[in-house]
Amino acid sequence: MKNEDLQNIIIGLGTDLKFSTEASEFLNIIVPKEQLHSVCSQLKSNPDLKFNYAFCITGMDWGKELGVIYHLESTELKHRIVVKVMTEDRENPTLDSVHDIWQTADFHELEVYDFFGIKFNNHPKLRRLFLTPEWEGFPLRKDYVDEANMVIK
Amino acid sequence: MISQEVKNKIKTEEYFINMGPQHPAAHGVLRLLLTIDGEIIKNVEPDLGYIHRSIEKMCERDSYQQIVHLTDRMDYLSSNINNEAVCLTVEKALELEVSDRVKVIRTIIAELTRLASHQLWWGVMGMDLGALTTYFYAFRDREMINDIFEETCGARLTMNYNIPGGLMFDIHPNFVQRTKDFIAHFKTKLPEYDRLLTGNVIFEKRTKGVGILTKEDAISFGVSGPVARGSGFASDVRKHHPYSAYDRVAFKEILFTEGDTYSRYKVRMAEMWESMAIIEQLIDNIPEGDIQAPTKAVIKLPKGEYYQRVETARGELGVYINSDGNKNPYRVKFRSPGFSNLSVLNHISKGVKIADLVATMASFDFVIPDIDR
Amino acid sequence: MGVDKKRFLNQYEAEGLKQVMPEDFPGKVIPGGNGGNIVVTTLDSVINWGRSNSLWPLYFGTSCCAIEMMQTGAPKHDFSRFGFEVARPSARQADLIIIAGTIVNKMGPVLRRLYDQMAEPKYVIAMGACAISGGPFYYNTYSVIKGADHVIPVDVYVPGCPPRPEALLEGMIMLQEKIKTENMSKKVNPIDGFDEGK
Repeated sequence: MKNEDLQNIIIGLGTDLKFSTEASEFLNIIVPKEQLHSVCSQLKSNPDLKFNYAFCITGMDWGKELGVIYHLESTELKHRIVVKVMTEDRENPTLDSVHDIWQTADFHELEVYDFFGIKFNNHPKLRRLFLTPEWEGFPLRKDYVDEANMVIK
Repeated sequence: MISQEVKNKIKTEEYFINMGPQHPAAHGVLRLLLTIDGEIIKNVEPDLGYIHRSIEKMCERDSYQQIVHLTDRMDYLSSNINNEAVCLTVEKALELEVSDRVKVIRTIIAELTRLASHQLWWGVMGMDLGALTTYFYAFRDREMINDIFEETCGARLTMNYNIPGGLMFDIHPNFVQRTKDFIAHFKTKLPEYDRLLTGNVIFEKRTKGVGILTKEDAISFGVSGPVARGSGFASDVRKHHPYSAYDRVAFKEILFTEGDTYSRYKVRMAEMWESMAIIEQLIDNIPEGDIQAPTKAVIKLPKGEYYQRVETARGELGVYINSDGNKNPYRVKFRSPGFSNLSVLNHISKGVKIADLVATMASFDFVIPDIDR
Repeated sequence: MGVDKKRFLNQYEAEGLKQVMPEDFPGKVIPGGNGGNIVVTTLDSVINWGRSNSLWPLYFGTSCCAIEMMQTGAPKHDFSRFGFEVARPSARQADLIIIAGTIVNKMGPVLRRLYDQMAEPKYVIAMGACAISGGPFYYNTYSVIKGADHVIPVDVYVPGCPPRPEALLEGMIMLQEKIKTENMSKKVNPIDGFDEGK
């Protein structure tokens, strides 16, 4: 399905969604964080869309905002899309978890929490996955400084 | 058998056991916390990070040519394919066309790497289930591929032969003849492998019906590679989103529907035959052309986001580069196949014995630095 | 028993020069010979010959160098011809640990515990650039220990990324020769005083 048709269907799924296709080969949708769960479950269940395969879930630090990027694909209708969600709060960022829609998000959200500090509501067990439990700080944020371990070049 | 009254009277508890980071089911440093009741497993919780080398953070301060060297060490058994993934992303962003010669050579080397990885998998799978002979057979044949790589690329395991724009240097004059000799030799060996392990009664009993993964679960958990194809999910990136020279060769995508350990085993054995078929179609007609397309010494990608998927021996590797116009990327993310495959392990291991868990893990073919990055 | 001891004894001192060690070298330098001198007794040479020719390594490979270690055990370059055949999964039954791969912050205590579980006399080979000094992961990482000798004392360093199987074999043979020059009664354990620094 072409990007324009996808855009026409998806624009009815939520309010205040922003679309763009510049600087990327897929259609990007920026979703406000309150509507993330409802938009995503409709993306999966709508019979024209059927996005059932989340092939990449990435955490991101845009400098001021933190957020998550979801790359989605439909295995039957063969189209792909990118969903972005962001939050301005850097002290205590929280987003909704989508692990009940795509079960792969379970592990990926643990990774995002470990590196960026974003907490997910309704996640079964949020814990540090790669780093030791007593590690302080969130390494992949842009303002992470660690003189003890890092030798900067 | 113990009657129900006796079971009610004997009080048993579950307890934790640690399959620690150093154990001889030698996949690397993976720690599994098992909650077991007798010998039946109730819960598997993986604890990762024992080889987390922060490659994504390092990439933010490296130039694009230096990132290629780091990807070698992530999934070291398909190191050429990892390099190809990053090079293809950078070339897609710069809209650079590489010559046909480069595409064909990249495909041949990727298929040789896949063969080497599957050989090692076969050797280690037999070893995990107790058949030590398979280890020696597999490594003896793998040495031949290592010798071919050493003559052309310069290294045996971590070769940085692909660079953004082409290849580092041209292939050695002996490459074509040695590859043909190896394929002729290996075609007589694969039936020997089958006679050794595939029809073996003990092997079949240990792997049939063990660790069943349904197709819907495979899609929902994001599983890819031979694991998904053993459950019927057609996910071969080489077929659905072809890159390099895969659109001009004819090969089958192998699917089985049972979803147990035995079908995952059969997928990989059949893939070895398909890899040899692909190499045979390409090895005689390598076109002439340039080895390197001209690029600047300092590569700067235009601002934007770029994504490229390739099929490694373990599954679908995705490279996501977000660039803001400088000579270092802003954010690099590697979507590793093992990470998603590992998340299924808890789901399919409820109610099996510990020995079945070992067989399942052997059929998943984990490489832990790929999961931990 | 026919070992070239000059290779290990401090040849700089013999020639009247002073050996230069870098200031921040984290390891403990034990001069070659470990308590022995040129004249080693016959009993020592027999015992050392027996000990060096049957070292049992422990399965410890974390990353890519582990594959090259497995290739060294494979039929083409075989380390069982030198006596290393019986590779043990349990640390209590091994007397050689080959650190093949990067050591990370989370893995350091595990490595130390494994080393402590081994019985004396025990030896360590650091294989690959990552185990020697952090290797390609030296700059800009927050989680790699820059060298396994910050955690346990190392006897032989084998450079390479990954080292060829022949290089690892040379490292193992060098360790065998090092063991042949030791004296049982006056031996210094490398772990004494390691935690306090030198």
